[in-house]
Amino acid sequence: MWRIILGLAALLTGLALWLFWADRAPPIAVNGAAPSEETIEKGEYLARAGNCIACHTVPGNPEYSGGRRIATPFGNVYSSNLTPDNETGIGQWSDADFWRAMRHGISRDGRRLYPAFPYSNYSRVKREDSDALFAYLKSLPAVRQPQPEPQLRFPYNTGLALRLWRALFFKPGRFEADPQRSTAWNRGAYLVEGLGHCNACHTARGFLGNSLASAEYAGGPVPMLGWDALPLTNSQPMSDKRASEMARLLKHGVSERNVTSGPMAEVVFHSLQHLADDDIAAMVTYIRSLPPGQTPASEQGLQVGEQRKALLMKQGAPLYSEHCADCHGEKGEGHPFQYPALADNQSVVADSANNIIRSLMYGGFGPSTKGNPRPYGMPPYAQQMSAEDMAAVLTYIRNAWGNEAAAVSPLQIRRLR
Amino acid sequence: MNNNRPDLFRNPVVKKSLLISGLASGLLLTSLAVVAEQAATPDDAGLAERLQACAACHGDEGRSQQEDYYPSIAGKPAGYLYRQLLNFRDGRRLHTTMRLMLAYLSDAYLYDIARYYARQSPGHHSLPETNLTEAQKALGKQLAQSGDPERDLPACTQCHGSRLQGRAPYIPGLTGLPSEYLAAQLGAWQAGTRQALTPDCMATIAQRLNGEDILAVSRWIAHQPTAADTPSTKGSYANLPMECGAVQ
Repeated sequence: MWRIILGLAALLTGLALWLFWADRAPPIAVNGAAPSEETIEKGEYLARAGNCIACHTVPGNPEYSGGRRIATPFGNVYSSNLTPDNETGIGQWSDADFWRAMRHGISRDGRRLYPAFPYSNYSRVKREDSDALFAYLKSLPAVRQPQPEPQLRFPYNTGLALRLWRALFFKPGRFEADPQRSTAWNRGAYLVEGLGHCNACHTARGFLGNSLASAEYAGGPVPMLGWDALPLTNSQPMSDKRASEMARLLKHGVSERNVTSGPMAEVVFHSLQHLADDDIAAMVTYIRSLPPGQTPASEQGLQVGEQRKALLMKQGAPLYSEHCADCHGEKGEGHPFQYPALADNQSVVADSANNIIRSLMYGGFGPSTKGNPRPYGMPPYAQQMSAEDMAAVLTYIRNAWGNEAAAVSPLQIRRLR
Repeated sequence: MNNNRPDLFRNPVVKKSLLISGLASGLLLTSLAVVAEQAATPDDAGLAERLQACAACHGDEGRSQQEDYYPSIAGKPAGYLYRQLLNFRDGRRLHTTMRLMLAYLSDAYLYDIARYYARQSPGHHSLPETNLTEAQKALGKQLAQSGDPERDLPACTQCHGSRLQGRAPYIPGLTGLPSEYLAAQLGAWQAGTRQALTPDCMATIAQRLNGEDILAVSRWIAHQPTAADTPSTKGSYANLPMECGAVQ
């Protein structure tokens, strides 16, 4: 009997040590040096690279004042106020406090931060960059805006759950340059893995919201947003031409064959358009070096029989000519820098038809960028086309001009309506 | 100008001029409140094609052919349209399709879009089949033209113009709009899903209306002939019956 009790006590002590002692906040020295104008400017640039503004600003409110609702599969969390307000912002923080949040995901008061703040990535940011970011945020006008309490479901709302998550999935990282690789590759890796936190969307997540190492950059559904992130892995080597197209797409939101939409349009709008060409090129250099990956099993479309598919194709062809061909071309060739090509386009023939269904239903504009300030738009068709017609035209698009993909069922569209 | 390529591929000289025009439009934005007139001819190149997405619901050049709901936007004052685009984008006016459409468009582009539609002629619209009862006709007319002093309700005409033609740059005309659209807006103001800058006078007015008032006044307005002339740019907003953030 005593043995069992002692054993249990030892187990609990071990667990507590693992969860709490191993995850204690390390002391960090304050840098404290008054930042130069240059440092502040660098910080502003890095804030753009990290797309901090997207989560830390409610549209229409002052920049970086936080309070934006971030929906997660476990409930809602709200972003913090990054302006230097003494009570509600980071007015009383030191650069060491800030770096501890970035590197260890621990707030100034010792609270563990929810990993919706991607500190698994930011952990790799260099101290000097963290200090520059902090200097920039401190230079902003202070805005009083308290951070709303998170609304998470049990057990995710418990401190223990967060500790457990951290023990299982978080380890402070450090960016180590690879001397075998070029400077550009290393810079790209630093940006993509660190501030860019590209894997937050482009790597599928496990059931506790953890990034799946086995599916690194293989794309998948973006939690809660209804869009799919495309794979960044390369099933075949990316040609130089495609690489420079990708650079244009990232920087301007539009390229010869593509337009960014949905969450990626947001990333271009708030973040990538502001980055230097060198940095964009470095990111592309890194991305094109990613090894081929397994696309994780995404939500399969509803099965459509061969006969039904043939029928949808037949219905879809004239609908395409009537509604789509003016902009996207008779052969789906698109129009460079205006309308995306639909032939030979990864997004169009993806296993899951989510993105293309959303684009057809809701339409949309590419992001306004410095290079493409007045983008072209796509009308929403949800109001003017039946689910049957939308399924037909999408099935046609996914299987015409050399495209090959599963048919889209009208049910799939009704489900999204 | 080569339309096949976006502005980023134009030569450096053009780039510079774009930068200057960008700066200029920035200045315009800040002085919007002062400059009541719609600006001289801005760069319209290809805007009609760029805005085909809007035409699907609002019609070519913003003249909606759909009688049931979608409002015409042609000839509405630029300041009003610009504010609405910002309101949709930033969530003060809730409409999923509009929010998704505008989510990643810059202030400068939205202002170009507003000016483009403001310059289009509103055209004539045919009046809807009459669906007004005599009682609704009387109530609608009274509310629109005289208001109701007992409930502290100003007449629509006091702000929107004697023929409801609107007053540039911020007050929209009301004629030519489907009654369903008008009623939905008043309902949205009651529910808080449409908001203007504070003090939100239209929200206050909508709160003082009941369901019958809304039906009657919306239908009565929808039966008024289109005021085809450009909205009046004369007259300041000094004598408005209420304080309105939307006109400041």
